[in-house]
Amino acid sequence: MFKEYNPIQDKLFRIIDDDGMIINKEWMPELSDEQIVNAYKEMLFARTADLQIVSYQRQGRIYTYPPNYGQEAISGATGAVMREDDWLVPAFREMGAYLAKGATLKELFLYFMGYEDGSLFKDAKNILPISVPIASQLVHATGIGYEIKYNNKDQVVFAFVGDGGTSEGDFHEALNFAGTWKVPVIFIVQNNQYGISTPFSVQTASENIAIKSVAYGIEGIMVDGNDYFAMYAALKNAAKRTGEGNGPVLVEAVTYRKGAHTTSDDPTKYRTKEEEEEWDKKDPLKRLKAYLIDKKLWSEKEEERVIPQYKKEIDSQFEEAENYPESSLDDVFQFMYDEMPEDLQKQKVEQEKFLTWMEERK
Amino acid sequence: MDGGEKMKIMNMVNAINDALDIKLKEDRNTIVYGQDVGVEGGVFRVTEGLQKKYGNDRVFDTPLAESGIVGTAVGMSVAGLRPVVEIQFSGFVYPAFNQIISHAARMRNRSRGRYQTPIVIRMPYGGGINALEHHSESMEALFGHIPGVKVVIPSSPHDAKGMLISAVESNDTIIFMEPKRIYRAIKQEVSEDKYSIPLGKANIISQGTDVTLVAYGAMIREAQKAMILAKEAGISVELIDLRSIYPIDRDTIANSVKKTGRIITVTESPKSFGVASEITQVVNEDAFLYLEAPPKRITGFDTIVPLPKGEHHYMISPEKIFYDIEKTVKF
Repeated sequence: MFKEYNPIQDKLFRIIDDDGMIINKEWMPELSDEQIVNAYKEMLFARTADLQIVSYQRQGRIYTYPPNYGQEAISGATGAVMREDDWLVPAFREMGAYLAKGATLKELFLYFMGYEDGSLFKDAKNILPISVPIASQLVHATGIGYEIKYNNKDQVVFAFVGDGGTSEGDFHEALNFAGTWKVPVIFIVQNNQYGISTPFSVQTASENIAIKSVAYGIEGIMVDGNDYFAMYAALKNAAKRTGEGNGPVLVEAVTYRKGAHTTSDDPTKYRTKEEEEEWDKKDPLKRLKAYLIDKKLWSEKEEERVIPQYKKEIDSQFEEAENYPESSLDDVFQFMYDEMPEDLQKQKVEQEKFLTWMEERK
Repeated sequence: MDGGEKMKIMNMVNAINDALDIKLKEDRNTIVYGQDVGVEGGVFRVTEGLQKKYGNDRVFDTPLAESGIVGTAVGMSVAGLRPVVEIQFSGFVYPAFNQIISHAARMRNRSRGRYQTPIVIRMPYGGGINALEHHSESMEALFGHIPGVKVVIPSSPHDAKGMLISAVESNDTIIFMEPKRIYRAIKQEVSEDKYSIPLGKANIISQGTDVTLVAYGAMIREAQKAMILAKEAGISVELIDLRSIYPIDRDTIANSVKKTGRIITVTESPKSFGVASEITQVVNEDAFLYLEAPPKRITGFDTIVPLPKGEHHYMISPEKIFYDIEKTVKF
């Protein structure tokens, strides 16, 4: 696969076309009908959740939120390929992958409501918290990869970054170290064409991002990130390759951020309606749905049936998050050090005295 | 000391090497890496012989990239290893600053205690060695200001060994700054056994009654020379080696000032927003009513450390310290 889709040729790896028809049989992954339907359902759930969350945000019930829509196939395929022991190193726009790893929507809600516990991902094994600084998490992925290799473990790291993140020095350092160490890491770049308002053409003079792999002496592939099957096949192959000790893989997932960067952003300022409509034709859900309908595995009726169920589920998790206990002073102090230094204890005690004074003043 | 203890003459380089050797031998999770630390044994030879002894996967050279070095240590430590990384000179740590402040210092808090980052970041620092630009700074205050890391500085071979062992065993990220000016300048008998010195506690090097002198790193030796001058002048100095920049040992400082009524802090770093200022405020808060003279800061200037031909303008001499001791006592 990596030979056939050498990124120097600027070739995009696709399996289905914009209408959901298979155009690349050779690489079509072996997935059961049930698996494909489930993949679509997960993507649909993620999109439904995104739309709900943006409306909660408009109602002032949650703070700034970065929606995923348009990019669901990437997280969905990652979730399907990742094994329980594999590591997930997130950036912040991979909802489907967190959920597949065992994180809950409620935890995500807590995070974006401003609760520290939203980073806990209690039931998700081997997942790092969301990383807000751009690209620095990739270096952690390389370090985790070192531990896996050092201890001969059967694990792979799935690390995420956006197209803007590839301009950061840490992108280079992470891939360069990973290449020399030959560690089992898949670097997934969600090239959604924009870093907030900055278009891809301003980020780099490279023809594509996957081509950067050539300079690091590692494999790279440019994948249609809106094609679930192509993403699944590429990641499955990459995981096998890197898991067998052949070094890291750079996967560029070409996609489009259909929504705003975050709820604080207004894309109409920097892109045209025509451009958005052009990308609508390549929408990942639309394409997978067309495939399923063609195979009689899905219908509009079925979709109308599940969406209200999803909404109910999302609302119920949101309400649980809204009823979460208030943040305590302990939350601020308790995880700063293994044991709280005396000086820090004193700072806490001072604040408690003030709070008592406030209480008595009432 | 117990009877079975074997002592050996060591300088600070030997002592640090010995501490790493002990931890590498004891714990397979201990990993030592950085630029030129493997084959060459480090530009100061601190890690000499360790790669041969423990293998290329435990002691190794990395690409020339400080953020990569510290960032991979964050990942390794989250996954269960205990990396001890070397930054070749503290003047080159800044590309790694984001990894330290944004991740190493925050990972436990961010993950609500699920992950920790037991990393030791070793780096030689400080002036007085006729070095090129960027090889003479003392920027410990920058690190002391970061919530979530600890910052320590040894002043002798004995301390360096015991403090480094504590640092490697700590579950926190420790910035371990090594005063390169005295890497080889001080030799003393050091136990070959394993011992540790708790981090966060200052060390009273000598008791005195007239003035408290707080210093650390290479400034301890200058302070000791100044004390000889003070003694000749009939002034009794209490010398405290701070050892730990963060957490700062408030009690030892305050108790000393309660006894002497005067305090002078010596650092070779810029004056403003520095460790000496912090210590002054500790005294203001905890021993204000005992003060008989204004707390004094003896520091470098708020300037760039000059190149070798001008460095003497910046560096602190024993005479300079004695000059301020006398002024403070006579205030």
